Amino acid sequence: MAIVDSAPTALGRLETLPSDWPVGFWSHWGVFTVVIIAFVLLMVMGFIWLERRGMGRMQARLGPNRAGPFGLLQPVADAIKVLLKENITPAQGDKIVHWLAPVVVFAPTLMIFAVVPFSDGALLADLNVGILYVVAISSISALGVFMAGWASSNKYSLVGAMRNIAAVVSYEIPLVVAIASVVLLTGSLSMNDIVLAQHIPFILLQPLGFLIFFISGCAEINRSPFDLMEADSELVAGFHIEYSGMRFAMFYLAEYSEAVIISAIITTLFLGGWRGPVLPPWLWFIVKVFIVFFVMVWTRTTLPRVRIDQLMALAWKFLFPLALINLFITGIELLTWPEALPWVMILVNIAITAVLVLLWSKFFKLGWGRVEV
Amino acid sequence: MGLEIAFWILAVIGIGAALAVVLLSNVFRAALCLVLCFLTVAGIYVTLSADFLAVVQILIYVGAIAVLIILAIMLTREVQRGSPANKLRIPAFFVAILFLGTVVGTVGFAMVKDQWRLAGVAPLEPTTPALAGKLFGEGGFILPVEIAAILLLAAILGAIVLVREK
Repeated sequence: MAIVDSAPTALGRLETLPSDWPVGFWSHWGVFTVVIIAFVLLMVMGFIWLERRGMGRMQARLGPNRAGPFGLLQPVADAIKVLLKENITPAQGDKIVHWLAPVVVFAPTLMIFAVVPFSDGALLADLNVGILYVVAISSISALGVFMAGWASSNKYSLVGAMRNIAAVVSYEIPLVVAIASVVLLTGSLSMNDIVLAQHIPFILLQPLGFLIFFISGCAEINRSPFDLMEADSELVAGFHIEYSGMRFAMFYLAEYSEAVIISAIITTLFLGGWRGPVLPPWLWFIVKVFIVFFVMVWTRTTLPRVRIDQLMALAWKFLFPLALINLFITGIELLTWPEALPWVMILVNIAITAVLVLLWSKFFKLGWGRVEV
Repeated sequence: MGLEIAFWILAVIGIGAALAVVLLSNVFRAALCLVLCFLTVAGIYVTLSADFLAVVQILIYVGAIAVLIILAIMLTREVQRGSPANKLRIPAFFVAILFLGTVVGTVGFAMVKDQWRLAGVAPLEPTTPALAGKLFGEGGFILPVEIAAILLLAAILGAIVLVREK
């Protein structure tokens, strides 16, 4: 099938491990690890700034604008403030688990960046099972959230953690099925091969898959409108209510670096990753990541928070069947579609998406209609 | 050399975590040690060039089964003190010793007696096509996998029927 190139090596990709580095593998590993950590911290600061200023603009207020030009140094000021605060451990809590939880939440988010392709071949490890590795490693974070909720010995923490687990476990299924239809198009699990196969960005070939992935991704990382595990008005702050100082900063950092990851994966899977004209590849990648995150901020300011039963209903009754249908349609199209007509397939897929979404939204009315759980 | 160092680190942590699962009285911490044990097993798979297996180990055991175990622990009482003392403690101890002796004896005997040879073929580079061939190819294992899935579905339905309100 000519829609996607199933032999991406034809593009002449670089070796992932340049052999001319001084000490070989370990220097490559060291440099890339430092670069990735710096990248994550800078992106998190950029995201926090974009979110607070963007939300301010959308809510007709200014947002933080005192520290530095346009308030650019506000994240730095926040970080210093939070680092100077005292670490408090609850007296009734499990001390070791309480101490370990922020690390368990944050470490996997850094590990995922090892396989994200910033440009052709520029990544720490081009794993054969790249996207599966991302899904597997990101599932460890849920455990850290549970540890935090339980070790705090606080009922609000535990309820927040339970809600988080329920959401993550439910939304992981449509997320993985949406990934599966992309993998079906590409024929490879490697992140770089997925980018190399996108002569047409997969958001056009897989509009329904993109929609499902975006919604489930937002739910996985607890962004509004799915942030009911840390709903300020009901649960005070959810699982990290008993955390302060450095450990709270770790949770905050993990939350935003998960947002960076989801944006980076959406960019890689659906928006053509580092590919683009004129600008250098890594710049294209970062620009696309910021665009995806801007859409997330946009949905956050636009939509009200859902209830827990609506959250579950959306995952199991709306996203999951649609993801299965999408996988099925992708398989049929791959087997039967004539080779020379990719642009017709794009139109057909967009039409299918519109019909299915309208049909399902007639079945389940969230918010003001009947919702059965 | 590097592989051996990695193996020994993983093996020691894995056995320590497995012992901690049995010996800790705090059930929640025991479950966390079980997660650590699963992770070291995944690491050992990586040293054996079984990348797909390692990732699936983390995805299923850490991401799904461990979370379910912890959710089940949340439904129990006395999480921090573990199970209360009862009359079966001493008989259970002897049965466990007997079972452990049998297993360690058999495995140890086999390990000493067996001639350990290295595989002649190099490990497969992309492992996923080979696995897909085993699953979907000629004479593949798709039917047993599907039957296992139906068995699990039947078990879930049975559990729902058992706990459903009349």
